[in-house]
Amino acid sequence: MGHGPAVKLGKDNAAAYKSKIGISMFIVYTLTYFGFVVINAAWPTIMEKIFFGQTLAVLYGFFLILFAFVLAIVYNHFCTAAEKRLN
Amino acid sequence: MIYTQSPLAIALFVTFVLFVLGLSFYLGRRTTSASGYYAAGGNIHWFTNGIAFAGDYLSAASFLGICGMIATAGFDGWMYSIGYLAGWMVALFLVAEPMKRLGKYTFTDALDSKFNSKSIQLTAAISTLVVSVFYLIPQMVGAGVLVQPLLGLPHWVGVCIVGVVVTIIVATAGMASTTYVQFLKGALLLVCSTIVVGLVLFRGLGTEPDQGGTKDYHKFHTLSATVVDGDLQVDGYQVLAGLDSEFGTAGFVKLTQDGQDTVWHLTENGTGSYSLEEALFVTEMADGTKLFNGSPKEDGKFFAVGHIKEITVDGQQIAQTGPLGPFAYLNKFKDSTVVLWGKKYVKVGDTTTSIYYQKPTPGSRILRPGLKFKVDNASGLDRFNFISLMLALFCGTAALPHILIRYYTVPSQAAARKSTIVAIAAIGFFYILTLFLGLGAMTNGVINITDNNMSAPLLALSFGVVLFAIISSLAFATVLGTVSGLIVASAGAVAHDLMDNFLGMNMTDTGKVRAGKISAMVIGAIAIYLGIIFEGMNVSFLVGWAFAVAASANLPAIIMILFWDKATSQGVAASILVGLSSSLGLILISPDMWVRYGLLPQDAPIAFNSPAAISIPASFIALVLVSLMTQKKGAMVEDAAEA
Repeated sequence: MGHGPAVKLGKDNAAAYKSKIGISMFIVYTLTYFGFVVINAAWPTIMEKIFFGQTLAVLYGFFLILFAFVLAIVYNHFCTAAEKRLN
Repeated sequence: MIYTQSPLAIALFVTFVLFVLGLSFYLGRRTTSASGYYAAGGNIHWFTNGIAFAGDYLSAASFLGICGMIATAGFDGWMYSIGYLAGWMVALFLVAEPMKRLGKYTFTDALDSKFNSKSIQLTAAISTLVVSVFYLIPQMVGAGVLVQPLLGLPHWVGVCIVGVVVTIIVATAGMASTTYVQFLKGALLLVCSTIVVGLVLFRGLGTEPDQGGTKDYHKFHTLSATVVDGDLQVDGYQVLAGLDSEFGTAGFVKLTQDGQDTVWHLTENGTGSYSLEEALFVTEMADGTKLFNGSPKEDGKFFAVGHIKEITVDGQQIAQTGPLGPFAYLNKFKDSTVVLWGKKYVKVGDTTTSIYYQKPTPGSRILRPGLKFKVDNASGLDRFNFISLMLALFCGTAALPHILIRYYTVPSQAAARKSTIVAIAAIGFFYILTLFLGLGAMTNGVINITDNNMSAPLLALSFGVVLFAIISSLAFATVLGTVSGLIVASAGAVAHDLMDNFLGMNMTDTGKVRAGKISAMVIGAIAIYLGIIFEGMNVSFLVGWAFAVAASANLPAIIMILFWDKATSQGVAASILVGLSSSLGLILISPDMWVRYGLLPQDAPIAFNSPAAISIPASFIALVLVSLMTQKKGAMVEDAAEA
């Protein structure tokens, strides 16, 4: 019925490991993100406080964007190492 | 009225569109198989695909909508950027590799990979079509918004240009040309936006936004008024609508001088005297005629806005900061007082006047939430609405059909992962830029207050017509690219999921491609029609809803198939149906829709606009309950991770 990948894929022995660390990192980022959302919703004036010359809202926003990139790099590092080790 | 057409901008735009069409025809000659049409043969390099992801994702909503929203509502607009980016973490950590492993051409393939279920094929295809159409409308409306200042053409012409060009692109080459167009556009958008932000920082902050000395900013006047025998009196002006009028009740007065009407915002000084701050106003008569600041649009009486009232550095007020680094820019902005714009309506008989009035606001208040979203002294429902929107943005990305099909264009799971990381880097960087683009527009006197969608291109115009021409062409290409991706996804849903799989038409490879191209043309025609009838709708308005519908209909099914081995085909189909119908149903009875029906928002059956916090859990619950009830009848899913 036309299902299955568009290109032939080999068996990936690292899939379970990658899935496990993916879920762990997803939980870490989700908690960080919803921490930001909850503070904004419940205590918005806290976000106006100044740290290092910037409002907390701006600092937290930058942190969420940079943290996403750092986590993505770390995730890729572990996944690539696992693919080399197990495949 | 605020901008005039430039031959250079028109020439650049035409060149860009012809180049895109040429590229499409060139790549189209190589596309003969279904795999080539729907998945670019699965051999796109991960870096190219990553930037193309950014091209797909940075749609009219991101480039035009978010920058415009930041320009008028500050940090609340940037919250969209943060939410949109966070959604990519769901895509990277949970969805990217399994989607690549399980699917072929469409996301329905991945959902149906273990079942071969007619109900999944039908519901997932319908969901793909509904989400894509929701996403198509704002893109087409964005195209119409862009061509007005760029080419001087009416809205419907812009929509038709996009519709025809994209349909030609998609009907000739499918995913291959879409990918390369998106790669080109994504890369150029990042480079050009970085240049504009560099120029914004170099210009710094100033209280006289004269656009580098090239254009005088409007001098806002303040008048004094006194009350004599109950009547307002203003030196040199005749009062048309005073304190007792509908204008006065709303906090405004209407004056006239030398035949020119003006509207002023009233502030009582406490001693029977008032100060009057100049406002902008748009009058709409019963016959649909509109006057801008009391005159026809062509008279040019309406002007762009956006300025700083006071800049304080080390306790001293200054007029100009000079060049600033990015953090110094935000720091100085925080210590400034910026004039934002409030909006009120005054209805007298059949004539409605929209009044835009000055609201001086501390920079630190602008750089924290609360100007657009009601979070200060908010009710539980207000907070629920806000959290629900942020949930939709977080969960929606990994459920958008035109994003998911891009995982089939790369050769391996590792390539799918790496292309997602490139996308996160590119999109994250762009979203950082949006903050500076938005604040730059807010303080450089470039905002068309009646339509903030053009803030980023008009900010570029303040640095010269060449940059404006490039940025506008890119913005148009942004729409072209996103619409291309959406039409490929929709065509796949019709030709591959419905005709080939659900109806079992058993088409040949060439037949599948032909069916896809015919579907693309039909969907393109529908998109053109919708783009025309939805003129005037906010570009980012429908995108938030598209995210909510996608997150509710698709994400629970994707997640549970991957991570819950008791999911059944009936459960998955029920989840898609419940998510789709509950999110759509809640949207249709929301206060925002009530306004569009011409009714009062407070009369709507529900008091919130974002359905995700209800419809996503409902979709999960439906999947779990139906799966548990159909364990014996339904096929059990093996753990996808072991596939």
